Amino acid sequence: MNKRLNLSLGALTALLMVAAIYMVFVYVPPEADQGNVQRIFYFHVPCAWVAFAAFGLVAICGIFYLWLGSEIWDDLGYAAAESGMVFCTLVLVTGSIWAKPIWGTWWTWDSRLTTTLILWLLYGGYLMLRAMAGDTPQVARFAAVIGIVAAADVPVVVVSVRLWRTIHPAVLVTRQGGHGLEDPRMVATLLVAMAAFTALFVWLLILRFATLRMRTRIATLARDLNLAHAAAGDL
Amino acid sequence: MDNFGYLFAAYTIIFAVIFLYVVFIWRRQSRLEVELRAMEAQLRDVREELKSRAMPQSRSAQ
Repeated sequence: MNKRLNLSLGALTALLMVAAIYMVFVYVPPEADQGNVQRIFYFHVPCAWVAFAAFGLVAICGIFYLWLGSEIWDDLGYAAAESGMVFCTLVLVTGSIWAKPIWGTWWTWDSRLTTTLILWLLYGGYLMLRAMAGDTPQVARFAAVIGIVAAADVPVVVVSVRLWRTIHPAVLVTRQGGHGLEDPRMVATLLVAMAAFTALFVWLLILRFATLRMRTRIATLARDLNLAHAAAGDL
Repeated sequence: MDNFGYLFAAYTIIFAVIFLYVVFIWRRQSRLEVELRAMEAQLRDVREELKSRAMPQSRSAQ
């Protein structure tokens, strides 16, 4: 991978992250009812956004892999699924930590939480398949199908707060329409945090994709080396 | 109702997980780079050996 692109993206991510941290802890006022613990929201929501985007990308890559059969789509889908899992795990963990002081429990079988957990389990299965079943084209095809089917849960998670009775707040688009962030500083902080996490996701995705491409290159070289050894033995 | 402990825990976990994932990618990348270089060198050696073995044979055939 181009080292300059890697460094530039890393620097941009770091810059946006520092700005987001400053805004979360200094700039934005505490929420009236929940106090300072509500500041978890500014990183919890971007983690969810990035996880959904990553899983959407897995589905798109799966479609292109099944259509074109190119390993590049398979590697990109794998990289996106892994990054998506990291952010989905953070959504569940930070949501649980936020729920304890506000709802009085670490976990409840609420529609938003349950559908998010199902999403996490589905992509957990995808990654287990990739890790344990080897690197054959058949496994890649199975993984592509799982990636596409599992992504169907993403819109369910998004609309779950409006479809079913839930205690999870609908902040970005409220049940009555509009958004639930009254103070413009809260909106600005959320947008900067979203930008920081998007940049972080793209950077991690490129890093992981480069690693997977390298692994594919090693597999090709190993085949070439075996052929060369066989030819050397024949002479 | 500030609950700073929960706020601290949430942000610590976020940064720790991201840091660990970056370290995991970097370590894997450097390991694969070493493996790739070694394999390329090995392949070059075998090909050179093949070429050097093929040369005298073609000369003797002439």
